Amino acid sequence: MLDFFLGHYAYLFLVALFVVGLYGVVTKRNLVKKLIGLNIFQSAIILIYVAGASKWNATVPILEGSGASYGDAGVAQEAAHGAIEAAHYINPLPHTLMLTAIVVGVATTGVALALLITIHRRYGTLDESELLERMS
Amino acid sequence: MHWEFELVILVFLLAAAIVALRSKDLLAAVVTLSVYSFMAALICAVMGAVDVGFTEAVVGAGITGVLFIVAIYQTERKSVD
Repeated sequence: MLDFFLGHYAYLFLVALFVVGLYGVVTKRNLVKKLIGLNIFQSAIILIYVAGASKWNATVPILEGSGASYGDAGVAQEAAHGAIEAAHYINPLPHTLMLTAIVVGVATTGVALALLITIHRRYGTLDESELLERMS
Repeated sequence: MHWEFELVILVFLLAAAIVALRSKDLLAAVVTLSVYSFMAALICAVMGAVDVGFTEAVVGAGITGVLFIVAIYQTERKSVD
């Protein structure tokens, strides 16, 4: 029970973070604040994937050394038998997916900020309700 | 897994997110968002995702912060909420 809690409590924090980001997107009136909420939302999702990939008694998915000169004796033994034990390493597939998500996220943030600058030049405000009044 | 480190960094992460959304000064909010991104990078490193960690530190805490600051100086710094 305690092991289960220690292995999963990070999800509680990350879901709380998710809700904080959603609260920012929905209730804040300033558009820059909405964008900050969106960023928080996005990295909460990224961290949920990273937390799902991690496991106990496993190391970073990097094979030490190369060829004959292995640094770790255990890894060298495994390599000598021709099999790398996958259970000793953290699953790297979610990491690569989230790497892509981070880069796409910064691109969308840049586009959103360019739109905000254009909106401010045309209407002179970034407040949502004031903006709706001036647009009508 | 070092769950004590994780707990401390997660508390900082949640606090930074809440402060970034509550601050009325947008520049302060953006700096706090950079702190938040750096904490997220630390969480990634502790959980064994070092590649995600350093990408998040460079892109999330660096480039996003610079983009936000440029946009804020092009527009306005004060926020009503």
